[in-house]
Amino acid sequence: MRAVRDHPAVLFELRDVSLSRGGRRVLDSVSAEIPAGATAIVGPSGAGKSTLLRLLNRLSDPESGTVLYRGRPLAEYDPLALRREVSLVPQLPALLEGTVESNLRFAAGLAGEDLDVSRCLRLAGLSADFAERDVSQLSVGEQQRAMLARALTQRPGVLLLDEPTSALDQAARDAIEATLAELRRELEISIVLVSHDPEQARRLSDWVVRLEGGRAIESGPLEVLT
Amino acid sequence: MSGSIHVSLGDVAATLALVALAAAVSFWRRADLEEDIAVAAIRSFVQLTAIGYVIQLIFDADTIWLVLALLATMVLFGALTARNRARKVPGAFWPLLIGLAIAGASTLGLVVALGVFEATPRYLVPVGGMVIGNAMTASAVALNRLGDEVEGARGKIEATLALGATAQEAAAPFVRRALRSGMITLVDSTKTTGLIFFPGTMVGMLLAGADPTDAVRLQLILLYTLLGSVAIAGLVATTLAYRNFFTPAQQLREPPTLAG
Repeated sequence: MRAVRDHPAVLFELRDVSLSRGGRRVLDSVSAEIPAGATAIVGPSGAGKSTLLRLLNRLSDPESGTVLYRGRPLAEYDPLALRREVSLVPQLPALLEGTVESNLRFAAGLAGEDLDVSRCLRLAGLSADFAERDVSQLSVGEQQRAMLARALTQRPGVLLLDEPTSALDQAARDAIEATLAELRRELEISIVLVSHDPEQARRLSDWVVRLEGGRAIESGPLEVLT
Repeated sequence: MSGSIHVSLGDVAATLALVALAAAVSFWRRADLEEDIAVAAIRSFVQLTAIGYVIQLIFDADTIWLVLALLATMVLFGALTARNRARKVPGAFWPLLIGLAIAGASTLGLVVALGVFEATPRYLVPVGGMVIGNAMTASAVALNRLGDEVEGARGKIEATLALGATAQEAAAPFVRRALRSGMITLVDSTKTTGLIFFPGTMVGMLLAGADPTDAVRLQLILLYTLLGSVAIAGLVATTLAYRNFFTPAQQLREPPTLAG
């Protein structure tokens, strides 16, 4: 297990983190570091990847162990402020009823940010005319992008993406991956991505944490692990 | 029994023919409700007879304290009964109890303060019973719906929390729908009253020989009072209950079936 030695920014550090759900041990004494940049959390289904991601912006808390963000335990942060700084986009689209713009406006309002609708849509790979579209009229891929645009209205420092392309066909998947690569170039934003696809991890990340059966079996720079 | 308010046990027994008819329909169409129909007929007889004696006792004693004790008991049993309909809501009992208590106290207090009813057992017992009964039904429906809504929208609620929304902001659409479903039945029946059905109080007064105008006015007073009470009970119960789905760190709790 490699540490992020001399790295200027260790974003997250998990120390001996365990969590059970429904009587099952989902994370078992996980210790790992996640640096700034793009990290992929990989592993088979049921390995605890999504559960780990939820810990990073306190949608869940571990039963034991500590998660640190920028050197401070997560429990010391105001959870609401933390979630605007560390934004999670869930696996399945879950927009609020209404138009794409009303969703963007809601999110920007929560973060107290001025809203530039067309910029956020463009960053997420959507054209400006999507603003007035009702979310119920969007395809799954478009909804996924609208979720991404909604998260970007808050100008987060970290994006947590839970299997962002799992519900999409290959063309839509390629488009989302291109968008994420573009985002990293254009914004100073770190990405933590959950993926069950090692190839996708290779394409999108430069650091990998590998989980199996709720345990972190390895983590380190992409080129070392592959 | 025409024009008279005296009802003999024989009259009651005669209407058992219709209970038998209901049981026969159930048996014929295999609705499997015969036992429930028998239990309902017996329970209603025993419960109403018992409450009749209790009310007689309270009327004879003519003291407000016995009235309050009876209403408090109704609130308690109302909350316990409604809790059974709200099993998906964690800790539903206290929101229901507080909702029923506030609805009962505020609506009865208001109609007494406005001089609509005197603060005597003859008014407070029947009106209080109707207020609490309707409030119980409305808040039970509201919390039942709230449980279903939250269960069905966990992904949406968590996605909203993930944006830094408070539990209140994330739950707001579902709390609103739950409150609406709790109130809608009475609102709809109030809209159609007199057209499609005659409400019980009015029927009772007419049977007892009252002037139709008085019967209508009393019925309207009760309907308006009940609208207020179901709104208050639904509002208080949903406002208190939705919080139980969330932790102090604004996290959606695991549903009871998953919590290990």
